[in-house]
Amino acid sequence: MEKFKKVWRNNQHIVRLLIIMVVWLVFMALTRFRKFYTFNNFQTMASQFPEYGIMSMGVMLCMITGGIDLSCVGIANLTSILAAVWMTKLAGQAGVLSAGYYPLIFLLAIVVGTVCGALNGFLISRIRIPPILATLGVNQLLTGICIASTGGAAMSAFPKQFTDSVAGNIGGVVPVRLIVFVVLAVVIWFMLSRTTYGAKLHLLGTSEKVAFYSGLNTTGLLMRTYITSGVYSALGGLMMLATYASARADYGQQYTLQTILIVVLGGVSPNGGKGRLSGVVLAILVLKLLESGINRFQNVSSYYISLIWGGVLILAMMLDYFSDRSRARAR
Amino acid sequence: MHKTLKKLTGRNESYVFLILLALGLLIQIRSGQFFTGNNLVDIASAMIVPGMFAVGAFLVLISGGIDVSFPALASLAAYATTKSLLDAGYVGGVWLPILMALVIGAILGAFNGLFIGYFDLNAMIITLGASSVFKGFMQGTLESKQLAVIPTGMKAFGTSALFTATNRVSGITSRMPVAFLVFVAVVAVAWFLLNKTYFGRGIYAIGGNPASAKAAGFNVKRTKFFVFVIVGMISAVAGVIRVCMMQQCHPTNMLGMEMNIIAGVVLGGTAITGGAGTLTGCMLGTLLIVMVENSMILIGVPTTWKDVFVGALIVIGTGISAMQVKRASHAADKAKKITGKEAV
Repeated sequence: MEKFKKVWRNNQHIVRLLIIMVVWLVFMALTRFRKFYTFNNFQTMASQFPEYGIMSMGVMLCMITGGIDLSCVGIANLTSILAAVWMTKLAGQAGVLSAGYYPLIFLLAIVVGTVCGALNGFLISRIRIPPILATLGVNQLLTGICIASTGGAAMSAFPKQFTDSVAGNIGGVVPVRLIVFVVLAVVIWFMLSRTTYGAKLHLLGTSEKVAFYSGLNTTGLLMRTYITSGVYSALGGLMMLATYASARADYGQQYTLQTILIVVLGGVSPNGGKGRLSGVVLAILVLKLLESGINRFQNVSSYYISLIWGGVLILAMMLDYFSDRSRARAR
Repeated sequence: MHKTLKKLTGRNESYVFLILLALGLLIQIRSGQFFTGNNLVDIASAMIVPGMFAVGAFLVLISGGIDVSFPALASLAAYATTKSLLDAGYVGGVWLPILMALVIGAILGAFNGLFIGYFDLNAMIITLGASSVFKGFMQGTLESKQLAVIPTGMKAFGTSALFTATNRVSGITSRMPVAFLVFVAVVAVAWFLLNKTYFGRGIYAIGGNPASAKAAGFNVKRTKFFVFVIVGMISAVAGVIRVCMMQQCHPTNMLGMEMNIIAGVVLGGTAITGGAGTLTGCMLGTLLIVMVENSMILIGVPTTWKDVFVGALIVIGTGISAMQVKRASHAADKAKKITGKEAV
């Protein structure tokens, strides 16, 4: 019993998410078994969650430092627009883009993400603008650039070979986007638990002052974090480009809220210093299962999803509040 | 004289005012259309709704929080008010819609205030969630659609003018809506509240340092709660006034305004960390954003570039004020070091 309590205390968020997941899966099994438990549905889910899942992992890093990244959607859209332009340049509007160029497109995304992330990082760590404002401003700036360069219209006249391959499934079973997600998750896992970066990040989030006086290069650390987040947002943008097969300045607006919801639900404290990748990945899965499940009920308007997301976010915050308080009392 | 000059150059408001003046002159030179009666009236009229929102956002920022839910709150309150009065066949004056908006706004604001004030949860995340809840409630539960007709009383209020201004060259006439008086009233009440009441000083105090505010006898939780209630009321009224002025109720076209409003308030010198800022600065900053949004077309900048300018304005404006804070704390550190050495 004592042991169980300890496991619960250390993995509260994960246990909570697992309970939600199991309850929801049982509920779906009882009510909409045939519509929900199909190979197709699970394959669709696995190919849809990577776009915001990848962005969420970047936001997680920022939130562990006590900051936030609200610019992921702007970075993602800028990347997908630039990638569309780049592909047209490489192969011509009706041309065929050979597979040899694919790494170049990923490279473009990484460059765009690095530049935008570095701008965020510079504003936050050097100029000391609060992260909320800095990333908001950058988001508006990037969205503005997207609108100004496309006139607000959707871009869909570009060679589709790249998007088709990313949107496809390997061997007809495993979605390519899922593999990209897994690879990127492993990279984050490696950074957080196999290098000193993770420990430094948590220290920075707990107290920037202590981190600074312990001799950490806090500016460099923040730069690295926001650049990583920028690159992840840009790669999320490539996934979005593959999903929609077109690029537009205002795609994925709901992801700003969704990424924060995922990160908070996954047990990352908005005040910084706390958070684990496993919780966030689990939260990504739970959210997708919930969304897909709700969509199986035709009589529930899709507008309710926004209400449910907001409600769940506030509920998660309340649960954290009460569990923190009971823990404080137990001491 | 020297002292007042020094005081003025040290404040953000003066710079924002100079930028405003420069922008006005630039537009005047390029188009010759800025300092005309009808353009100024148009800007004042475009300022009403953002100005009221800005007062709300300002109060929250001063108290050390942030509110990104006010456009969703205003949309929900305005839609619920308009729809229910329309269904009831209401033909009376504008006082009832405004009263209803005040009540709905207070309730929705209390929703925010409860979590942020009494449970002390992160304001940014709670209001982000609340914004999503309000939007979902409006579109899901109330099944909001665009209302092309609004109650006659609201329509009459929206079209009535204090005075009109005619451009002598082009002959275009602009109306100064009566609603401008509501905006003035909101600003006056906010000014009185902040500067002349115990509650208002409490807002500054809890934003500056909650622990010392508590020690000084302010009820931090209750003050935060009521700040959100008041902001809810102001935002809801702004929503109804926007419906009156547009002569129709479009449920979603206010959403997404929050960032520009907050940017305007911060540009006016309000500290995002709370505790510092003036209503004058807040109004000047908002005016700057309104002018950039409405007048860029006069100097031949296409409207698609609007977001680029506003975004750049946010980054540069907040950057400058962040640099000032950094320099001030640097100077304080240096002073401490020097005095410390002397003491030894």
